[in-house]
Amino acid sequence: MSIDIRHLSFSYGPLLALQDINLTLQEGRFNALLGPNGAGKSTLFALLTRLYALQSGEITIAGHSIARHPAQVMRKLGVVFQQSTLDLDLTVAQNLYYHAALHGMSKRQAQPRITEELARFDLSERRQEKVRNLNGGHRRRVEIARALLHKPSILLLDEPSVGLDPATRESLNQHIRQLCEAEQLTALWATHLMEEIQNDDPVSILFKGRMLASDRASELCQQYQCADISSVFRSLTGVTP
Amino acid sequence: MTLRAALICFNGLLQRELLRFVQQRSRFFSALVRPLLWLVVFASGFRAALGIAIIEPYETYITYEVYIVPGLCAMIILFNGMQSSLSMVYDREMGSMRVLLVSPMPRPFLLLAKLMATSLISLLQVYGFLLIAWFWGIEAPLLGYLTALPAFLLVAMMLSAIGLFISARIKQLENFAGVMNFVIFPMFFLSSALYPLWKMREASEWLYWICAWNPFSHGVELIRFALYQQGNSEALMIVSLVTLVASVLAVRGFQPQQGMGKR
Repeated sequence: MSIDIRHLSFSYGPLLALQDINLTLQEGRFNALLGPNGAGKSTLFALLTRLYALQSGEITIAGHSIARHPAQVMRKLGVVFQQSTLDLDLTVAQNLYYHAALHGMSKRQAQPRITEELARFDLSERRQEKVRNLNGGHRRRVEIARALLHKPSILLLDEPSVGLDPATRESLNQHIRQLCEAEQLTALWATHLMEEIQNDDPVSILFKGRMLASDRASELCQQYQCADISSVFRSLTGVTP
Repeated sequence: MTLRAALICFNGLLQRELLRFVQQRSRFFSALVRPLLWLVVFASGFRAALGIAIIEPYETYITYEVYIVPGLCAMIILFNGMQSSLSMVYDREMGSMRVLLVSPMPRPFLLLAKLMATSLISLLQVYGFLLIAWFWGIEAPLLGYLTALPAFLLVAMMLSAIGLFISARIKQLENFAGVMNFVIFPMFFLSSALYPLWKMREASEWLYWICAWNPFSHGVELIRFALYQQGNSEALMIVSLVTLVASVLAVRGFQPQQGMGKR
């Protein structure tokens, strides 16, 4: 199950935000989408999650066209937004039950899934705690647990590490990698931080609405004769990351 | 979408609204202050000035307080409906609306289910107000509180749908103050909530016609009749029709994906 994007363009009035984007995610892998702020990452996520309608081009998710079969697509998709979308005044469990209901899961169906996901993210003891009382790292983990409740095959994460301290960022990154391996989950991790990318990761570099390169990080380094992905980024954009 | 999934989804939305309502008890009480001020202060002051002749559905002369109670119930629903619709429009890029919009359920269903859930919650406030009014000596027939329930719900759906449509379409109404000045107050004052329309006709023929065309007037009358266990088929027809049209327009006008692109 993967995402296939073909000739995708999007503009806000006269402002072109995405220009002829082509991208195929590698199945069961941690795919990184690298781009500075304003590159068009959030616009791409808004299109992938059907917040914006397609203007031109096509997106196929898990074999279904997003424009023609939105319900099938949304069932396969788990999303972690850049800004927190948890209800702060509700408990962790209440937030998760709400999400499950939105996916048509009854309480009886949701309960074992919630227990399972909270245990996976080491949050079992926080189940009845109000989200307001959790720190940033825990809130993020709750959001990822929530996105996985309905067992999606693709997980979209829009700058999930923003606002977290380096240690939490690192552990979150590792968590998602383990998930990809254990569950054959395809993840798209948007970031502007080079240190979150490993040599073996498929990486796409988005800059000013254009997809400049898309390949394995080590391949890109070889192709552009650079020591690391930061140098590749610099040589492609002329900008220091 | 199966019926079972739809029911689970609606139930989830309703439970969330209910939990938020319980969490925000202070908002509940402050929402009651407004209609109670009208009832206890305004109506008491005007009781002497405004005599109400026998009009349907009342069987006898009534005091002004008795007259304005249905209008004040509608006012609670109006404020709540507009507030929740406005927040739906302005939250769509973040927060709870984004979570709602990534659900695989059809979007028109999600929007209408959300409107229905918030409408049901605002009925709790209406009944809270009616209970205090009852202690204040304004009693409707006991069964009337039950027969008014569907009327409250229909009016709540109509006003939320109008609110959603207006706030999605008219970008200038970007905050609640704008909605209050240009939607809530005109709708409330140009209606039969505070004065019977024949009184308005004595004052001005054209104002009367505006009030008579105002769907809120028909909502108030539907509630007034239902509270006294009577039907008002004209009001029912108009409110149902406006609810239907406003819901269709609201769902079409909301279209988050397109509206967003233009912003």
